[in-house]
Amino acid sequence: MADGDRRAFLKAGALAGVLTLAGCAGSGLRQPRGHVVVVGGGYGGATAAKYLRMWSARGVDVTLVERSPHFVSCPMSNLVISGNRSMADITLDYDRLQSHWGVRIVHDEVLAVDAVARSLRLAGGGDLRYDRLVLSPGIDFMWHEIPALDNAGAQASILHAWKAGAQTLALRRQLEAMPDGGVFVLSIPRAPYRCPPGPYERACLVADYCKRHKPRSKVVVLDANDEIVSKKGLFAKAWAELYPEIIEYRPQSELRDVDVATKTARLDFDQVRADVLNVIPPQRAADIAARSGLKLINQRWAEIDWLSMESSGTPGVHVLGDAIFPAPTMPKSGDVASQQAKLAAAAILRLLAGEQPDPAPLLMNTCYSFVDSRNAIHVAAVYRYDRASRALQPVPGAGGVSSVRSELEGRIAAGWAQNIWADMLS
Amino acid sequence: MKRLSALATLTLLTGSLFAQAADPERARNLAATCANCHGTDGRPVSGSGIDPLAGIDQRLSLQQLAHFKSGRRPGTIMPQIAKGYTDEELELIAAHFAAQKHGAETWQTATDALF
Repeated sequence: MADGDRRAFLKAGALAGVLTLAGCAGSGLRQPRGHVVVVGGGYGGATAAKYLRMWSARGVDVTLVERSPHFVSCPMSNLVISGNRSMADITLDYDRLQSHWGVRIVHDEVLAVDAVARSLRLAGGGDLRYDRLVLSPGIDFMWHEIPALDNAGAQASILHAWKAGAQTLALRRQLEAMPDGGVFVLSIPRAPYRCPPGPYERACLVADYCKRHKPRSKVVVLDANDEIVSKKGLFAKAWAELYPEIIEYRPQSELRDVDVATKTARLDFDQVRADVLNVIPPQRAADIAARSGLKLINQRWAEIDWLSMESSGTPGVHVLGDAIFPAPTMPKSGDVASQQAKLAAAAILRLLAGEQPDPAPLLMNTCYSFVDSRNAIHVAAVYRYDRASRALQPVPGAGGVSSVRSELEGRIAAGWAQNIWADMLS
Repeated sequence: MKRLSALATLTLLTGSLFAQAADPERARNLAATCANCHGTDGRPVSGSGIDPLAGIDQRLSLQQLAHFKSGRRPGTIMPQIAKGYTDEELELIAAHFAAQKHGAETWQTATDALF
């Protein structure tokens, strides 16, 4: 569509909005039409692809670009490391998005986005043109902050397992190979990072495995933060009651470097030798965000307009999930990414119909963590658009954490996983 | 016709009014926030142990939501979430789910365990 045509189209849409106000019933006079490309098939991208098709009654064309042949879930992946679940349990395929919802799936990688021409270049060759682009690229690691880990060889032995997949299984194998009496060292970066409670859940589940199979072992948690950053009281209680002899928690212990050969974590004034060294590195929006020239805050996270998730400064590009600069207290969780995807899908369909997005969007977060193989805890919050700050803000008085850990919440957590996976992929 | 053009003019003059107009899909959008746990359109995966919302009578679900919000019905996460929505929003959500087709699962009113 030429620019002049586009303006005329938008004007017509605005007029349709006025007529709707004047008393015409229904959801606007224009149907959304166009081609949306979604990059990244995680919680954000897969949900966006499905909801764009579902809510447009298949009227909008959607192409999903994802490099992996399967979806592997980060939530629940700590249970694979502890041996309570298998990789098959957290691996799903994209087939139904294509066969049922008519999403065109391209397993490829995006080299560059040209936001002016509204096209992107694929590594496998060829360009994709779009009317609107959804980037849900997740995170990449800031390896330069841990110099000895800034090479592929080191990264193959000192694992992060913070992108579910091959690393998840590899860390499981390292834990299995660890002798009884061994030391598992887990390094946590400064917030913000993907999945705030995730490292503390991992400490619980590794300790639970040790308690059952290698009771003389230790789990040493080196946290760059001043204190546990999520579900603090519940994790602290679980550690004290379930793993007093196993988990040793050291706050204000930021990792400066590692010695790969001896699996040693180097801190400012100390060093800790490990049998298994698990380093969760500092993170930023996946590299494609910077490569595409998106406006980043602190050179790390994409700045967006909360009414539409559209990048500030790059019209037509909507960014979701862990890659964005979050709203106050909003965690980088899969659940939030999926909720943002629905907000974005609704807004994009309005924009493609020449109308304005919902002026008062709302979303919620629910996030479960296992403290052993059966008991879980949650944190929940509801976020509502605030016109003064032009951001989503947590609703006062709503949300909170579990009163106690429970098997009931463990069962609900498993149900959450089944339903959110179906909500995004089936 | 005269009334329509007067209203249209007024709307154009006060551009902000247009910007604040409620989204006609607001009920659908609000209900979608429930789908992460309760399934797309309120139809959860069979055997997931989470209550379906699709096809449930609006008055019944509104009553449950009101009880979560007031604290009369105990639960783990739902009392905390229900407090985040206005009564009008809960009405829109309940009406939206009431209009959806039933899924495979049936409503289990007595199963507090599922929250």
